Amino acid sequence: MDVNQYLDLFLEESMENVQNINQNLLNLENNQDRFDLLDEVFRSAHTLKGMAATMGIDAITHLTHKMENILDKLKQRKLTLNDKMFTCLFKSVDALENMLEEIRAGNKPCASGEIMATLEAFEKGEIPPDEENKDFGSGAMVPEEGLFNEYEKKLLQVAQERNLTAWKIKIHVDQGCLMKGVRAFMVFRNLETLGEIIKAFPSVSDIEDEKFDDSFMVVLITSQPEEKIQDQIRIISEVIMEQCEEIKLDDGETGNADADGTIQDFEDSKHDVVVSDKKQTVHQTVRVDITRLDKLMNLVGELVINKTRLEQISSTNTMIGLNETIEQINRITTDLQSVVQNVRMVSIEQVFNRFPRMVRDLARDLGKEVNLILEGKETELDRTVIDEIADPLVHLIRNAVDHGLESPRERIALKKNAEGMVRLSAKQEGNHVIIAVEEDGRGLDLASIKDRAIKSGLMTSAQLADMDEPSILNLIFEPGFSTAKAVTDVSGRGVGLDVVRSKIQALSGQVSLETKPGQGTKFTVKLPLTVAIIQALMVGVQDETFAIPLGNINETTGLETGDIKNIQGQQVMVLRGQVLPLVFIKNVMAVPGERVAEELYAVVVRKGEHQVGLVVDGLIGQQEIVISSLGKHLSGLPGIAGASILGDGRVSLILDIATLI
Amino acid sequence: MENTKQGTGQQEVQLVAFKLEGEEYAVDILSVQEIIRWTQITRVPKAPVFVKGVINLRGTVIPIVDSRERFGLPDQEVTDTTRIIVCRLEDAPIGLTVDCVTEVLRISNEQIEKPQVVNGIDNQYIKGIGKIDGRLLIILDLTRVLDIDLHKA
Repeated sequence: MDVNQYLDLFLEESMENVQNINQNLLNLENNQDRFDLLDEVFRSAHTLKGMAATMGIDAITHLTHKMENILDKLKQRKLTLNDKMFTCLFKSVDALENMLEEIRAGNKPCASGEIMATLEAFEKGEIPPDEENKDFGSGAMVPEEGLFNEYEKKLLQVAQERNLTAWKIKIHVDQGCLMKGVRAFMVFRNLETLGEIIKAFPSVSDIEDEKFDDSFMVVLITSQPEEKIQDQIRIISEVIMEQCEEIKLDDGETGNADADGTIQDFEDSKHDVVVSDKKQTVHQTVRVDITRLDKLMNLVGELVINKTRLEQISSTNTMIGLNETIEQINRITTDLQSVVQNVRMVSIEQVFNRFPRMVRDLARDLGKEVNLILEGKETELDRTVIDEIADPLVHLIRNAVDHGLESPRERIALKKNAEGMVRLSAKQEGNHVIIAVEEDGRGLDLASIKDRAIKSGLMTSAQLADMDEPSILNLIFEPGFSTAKAVTDVSGRGVGLDVVRSKIQALSGQVSLETKPGQGTKFTVKLPLTVAIIQALMVGVQDETFAIPLGNINETTGLETGDIKNIQGQQVMVLRGQVLPLVFIKNVMAVPGERVAEELYAVVVRKGEHQVGLVVDGLIGQQEIVISSLGKHLSGLPGIAGASILGDGRVSLILDIATLI
Repeated sequence: MENTKQGTGQQEVQLVAFKLEGEEYAVDILSVQEIIRWTQITRVPKAPVFVKGVINLRGTVIPIVDSRERFGLPDQEVTDTTRIIVCRLEDAPIGLTVDCVTEVLRISNEQIEKPQVVNGIDNQYIKGIGKIDGRLLIILDLTRVLDIDLHKA
């Protein structure tokens, strides 16, 4: 079978599993008694192993197999978790990630021998060889009330009274077995010749649907001895009886109170089955290539355009029934449009999720104690923004941990909590998403920023004297600026914040910071919800229509030609006592036409700190527009941010305020 | 000339012929995506003069090059036969206005001559002169004709 066509899918899913392992390991590190987390890790590792084996990627199969061995022993409490083991497991996760990257790049991955050796050492080193037998001895088991419900317990009791024995039988199906369901069915059939099966785990229907890994458990009540059972299983190929234990009921115990604890142990190896089942019902998702969504979006756009044409036709040709239908189509296309736009929205969780691990490693490397708080994970952003925002955030968080937070010793000396706090939060505000990275560290030192700015030749001391505090703080976003005294591995190579700023600006976002000496620094990133669709004000100039992004607009105001004054060759108007410079769109965009309007409008826009009034002939209205580029051949024209196709099929230009004036 | 040879795998090329100011021109059919009727063009200020503007081609915004402006020919009103030839240049669509599209024809490479002097049109845009049944076809080098940056710089 050619498996290459599944490679993309494999890589994506594997990455997801690796992320899962990572996250659950982190959680586990903080809550070492949470065995359910261990199960999660195990499940992901196991899935990964299975997928890698299918794809024939041995390196991953081997590594995950080794991890699985350790995890399995942890689950059975034959090993205990410790720091070294975590580090080793984390390293394995990194190795897995690297291997996946290698595969993506088209190389053949290879597992690091060192990690394999460490894993193996962990696996072997601390277990006395005879322990195996102790655990899997053939002796009777402790009664397991939790496993059975009242009815089943009754059955067991009755069985005991009639001198029948209840056997807990664990069946293992060969990994290579193609029809597990059939084998399981044969097991059931054969066992039923001996007695009655009162319970199966997973449930019978799940087993028949092959919804189990490679082993399952049944409880059989029979008068036959163990050998008979063995005989019945042995005649089925590809199936092994792993375990056959007698269940004895403790007569005095009838309560069902402490069910969970007892079930836990028993369900360990099957947990994956149950959990994955649950998950499937929670998120039913389909992976879609983003280009397909773009195409869908384009098609919807075309539909809208044609709908408008239909509307025009119906207004000139009155036809009974046509109007109604068009209204219907109108409603549907509007809904369709909003659905398609929503489909592109992704929660920021997938970006945030990588940070706990990153911060943990960083803190460890730098000898700091960090408490990372994540807030607003569910905030949604357009897919394209999500993809681009991760890197800038990594930078900001690294900076926060490396430069922002003091070492535990310093913090204690400052009477602060030894553990530093880094808070990463996201929230939606109107058409924007605000992401903040905040720490309670030392704060930025204005004097050292000035010093640094002079040394790196960004500013002269005379220039700095004239600057206010925010402008000085903003210097740290300039290229070639770094406050780190020593170049560390983490940050401080002089590339950082300027990259962050340019990246965020490329997404038409803004970044700002606040700092309080001794109390910490907060970086705030403001991003538009989506880069593809924006709210814009449509304005008319002579016969042409332009779009001005709403984000740039402060207000609009009426304007009579008499209000326009000339100051030193610059046309201005007075708005609530303030002088507002005016820019005529007709002039800057060289719009043809000689029509003179008495009544004009000024659209007041922000440019940096200043306000400018853009003079237009008319305001058409606010509209949601889809930004299209002018194409490869015409990009980068000053004053034009792009084009947008209007409802009637015409193209209108979107003004770029930053480069227009 | 290389391109045209690759096109058919033989010593023959297929061309789209069109008219401009009475003269016959042609472009390699392999670089033509489609031919569309005249549609409303949105002017783009600050673009090179020969860029007439942009149009909406089924949801994609594409630039339109005015061939008359490009070749320094006198301006002419849009007529019923005016067409836009949509070409693919560096994998992005770009349109070229023409007076009318006449036909699609095959011509063997032997019938194409290196450009001499053609009245009115700068030599740099010409790939060759095709001779077919006594007609002369000016074969344009689209990559040069449609290269917007060339004149912007």
